[in-house]
Amino acid sequence: MHGLAFDIAHLLAGGMVIVSFLLLYQDRVSALLNIFALHSLVLALAVGWQAHIQDAPHLYVTAVIALVFKAIIIPTALYRIVRRLGIHRTLEVVGGVGRDMLAGTGLVALAILVMLPVTATADPLAREDLAFALAVVLLGLLLMVVRHNAISLVIGFMSLENGLVLAAAGARGMPLAVEISIAFSVLIALIVIGVFLFRIRERFDSVDMQAMDAFREERRR
Amino acid sequence: MTLPLLLILPMLLLAAGVYAVIIARSPACSRQMYGVALAVSTVALMAALAYLFSGQAPETLRLPIGLPWLGAHFRLDPLAAFFLIVVNLGSAVASLFALGYGQHEKAPERVLPFYPAFLAGMNLVLLADDAFSFLFAWEFMSLSSWALVMAHHQDPANVRAGYLYLVMACFGTLALLLAFGLLAGPDGGYNFDAIRTGRITPELAALVLILALIGAGSKAGLVPLHVWLPLAHPAAPSHVSALMSGVMTKVAVYGFIRIIFDLLGEPVAWWWGGIVLALGGITAVLGVLYALMQHDLKRLLAYHTVENIGIIFIGLGLALAFQGNQMYASAALALTAALFHVLNHSLFKSLLFLGTGAVLTATGERDMEQLGGLIHPMPYTALAFLMGAAAISALPPLNGFVSEWLTFQAILISPELPQWLLKFLAPAVGALLALSAALAAACFVKAFGITFLGRPRSPVAAQARETDRYSLTAMFILAGLCLLAGILPGLVVDGLGPVVGQINGGAQLTAQHSQPWLTLVPIVDVKSTYNGLLVLLFMAISGSIAALLIHRLASNRVRRGPAWDCGFPDASPATQYTAGSFAQPIRRVFGSVVFQARERVTMPPPGDLRPAKLEVRMRDPIWELGYAPIAAAVVAISTRFNYLQYLTIRRYLSLVFGALVLLLLGMALWR
Repeated sequence: MHGLAFDIAHLLAGGMVIVSFLLLYQDRVSALLNIFALHSLVLALAVGWQAHIQDAPHLYVTAVIALVFKAIIIPTALYRIVRRLGIHRTLEVVGGVGRDMLAGTGLVALAILVMLPVTATADPLAREDLAFALAVVLLGLLLMVVRHNAISLVIGFMSLENGLVLAAAGARGMPLAVEISIAFSVLIALIVIGVFLFRIRERFDSVDMQAMDAFREERRR
Repeated sequence: MTLPLLLILPMLLLAAGVYAVIIARSPACSRQMYGVALAVSTVALMAALAYLFSGQAPETLRLPIGLPWLGAHFRLDPLAAFFLIVVNLGSAVASLFALGYGQHEKAPERVLPFYPAFLAGMNLVLLADDAFSFLFAWEFMSLSSWALVMAHHQDPANVRAGYLYLVMACFGTLALLLAFGLLAGPDGGYNFDAIRTGRITPELAALVLILALIGAGSKAGLVPLHVWLPLAHPAAPSHVSALMSGVMTKVAVYGFIRIIFDLLGEPVAWWWGGIVLALGGITAVLGVLYALMQHDLKRLLAYHTVENIGIIFIGLGLALAFQGNQMYASAALALTAALFHVLNHSLFKSLLFLGTGAVLTATGERDMEQLGGLIHPMPYTALAFLMGAAAISALPPLNGFVSEWLTFQAILISPELPQWLLKFLAPAVGALLALSAALAAACFVKAFGITFLGRPRSPVAAQARETDRYSLTAMFILAGLCLLAGILPGLVVDGLGPVVGQINGGAQLTAQHSQPWLTLVPIVDVKSTYNGLLVLLFMAISGSIAALLIHRLASNRVRRGPAWDCGFPDASPATQYTAGSFAQPIRRVFGSVVFQARERVTMPPPGDLRPAKLEVRMRDPIWELGYAPIAAAVVAISTRFNYLQYLTIRRYLSLVFGALVLLLLGMALWR
């Protein structure tokens, strides 16, 4: 393993974790979308670099898919949705950024603690990549849990999916067909989510999930 | 090459099932479908017979379907061939019966597509040679039979039976899945060949025994896993009941034999036999006691299936005990008895269910208390049913006697076992077996007497007609086979030789066909012999002489007199002895302990015109102690956690997230 190749791979995967933290910190909706685009861009770079050093041409396709769909089409589409919903200037009420950042740091530590011993026999590149990918997945889940806004939930979901792609690229296992079908399913998920956002808005005058809880059927305990 | 033929035949059946989906509503479909099933089963029967008696080596075949790295393995060996004979004989006769009986089906589109699929599933279970194909075919068989149980789903009782059956079938398959997982080991050698060569530790092997007992036992109807069987078997149309009771339970027995005797191989601990033996004994007695309390003809037969499965498992348990002590010659006797009883039970249980089907067609009644006197309108059905009843009651010269006699022979040599526990257990189980045989005879006196003798208890019974020729032919084929297997048991034992040898380290009973006068000599002729032919001859000669003497010395005419009415003129048929009154002494002796039967007589005071009432309350101990608490616990837990269904989306996400983090933490700390 060349020192430089490893370092760059490490840098890009680590970059994704950093960008995940940015996502967690950011409470403005439009800025959140920009950071998600950045997240996907770093993913595309990381996968492209993996393709280069693993000499695996099909990973280039993955990288291009990540770049086109996730870094360009999805953020643009979401941005337009946000515009039409008129919430692009909304500040989201986030309960304690410091708490979330601490929790996120703990999750990264957990990911490393879990992954490094498990993959002791794998080659170091894949090990680091998997640890980072798990961290990105966990941070995406955390984002989905702590936010109220439906757009943030979607972003959390998409960044989680980015973490999965990163893991797949590092593990040299996922066939191209699977990769492409996942990319398309994410795209379809986007369409469905978009439609739902408008429906929710129409019905409840808000995309804040907490507002929806008030309309729920009486709990049966 | 017999195996490819035997694999093509189930495919034909499946194709026929698909075809039936399309044309099920047309009136000719029923005939066509049962005709195809009859032809296919007959060919399969012939092929399996030819294979078993020609003594060829096992055939194997691998098809590139199923799991990509495993494929589907199939194998034909003597064990599979014997059970193929049982299955296809049963299905051929049931199909023949259904050529007539199926005409009365009200919802043929719910029966015809699943019937051939059910047959195909049973055949494929027997041919499967890897765990995946086995379980797939097993589940296919379960589900198609479930569909047949649900054929008359308008009746809420049938829906309940189907639900219980589905739950128990899933539970059993789960146990089998775990058993195969243990057998395959961490490397995942799911091919049966790999399992045979692989060795697992004695502790795991014991676990496999327990799981196999649960998995195969729940399908076969071992107590306490039998609860679904008396509900589900009678719910299906009668020819399907015959198949489920007579044949499908045998497929379950096959599964047990295949796993324990074949796949696990040699090393068995002696106490294994003890477990199986005790379970078999309890099953036999409880099954027949339940049967005695039943007045629904089909349910009575289904409980007798439980009893007979107990008898089969007594033989298997003895064989395990002998094998655990390296007494292979004795194990051969026990195995022969068990397999012989498998064949016998499939014959007479199918016969009895078909007879019940004929009664059901003629009267629309299954409740014995509404029947009676059917011997006059239905003499042939009555004769066939009587032969089946005599066979299941183990009366010589019919076949049931032979296999139970062989089981007793195996019990009688059990004092040679070195373990004291087994020395005591085997005779105790022998006593249970004797008790259950006697109670079975009592039960069939009741079933035949109340249904066919006496006077009709309801208008439908009075207007009954004899059933059609197809049904009669099917019943008499089975009755004839019961008689044949009873008077020529040596031939059956010889046919079973290679089967027993395969699962018993090569040891089998000595060849019987060379014995003089077709005598059955299981061990040595100074110990015990049985000759069904001589018994038949004696019965025929003494019976004819008695008839001759009576006709000569008394009167030659057939006389019909009025029924004795105890001095009350124009007695109503309701004053006859009923099924309930017949069972009352036995209910008092056994039922008051086992079922906590309580009787209460309500006698109105003089002058009150209300009728007196006799109420009998019985409780099912197994349901109340075993199943009701589980069901209550499941309901309680799900009610407790019901609120989980009404959380917000963020709560759900938090739960997923929390669970994931918790598991990861556990993993990080565990190492």
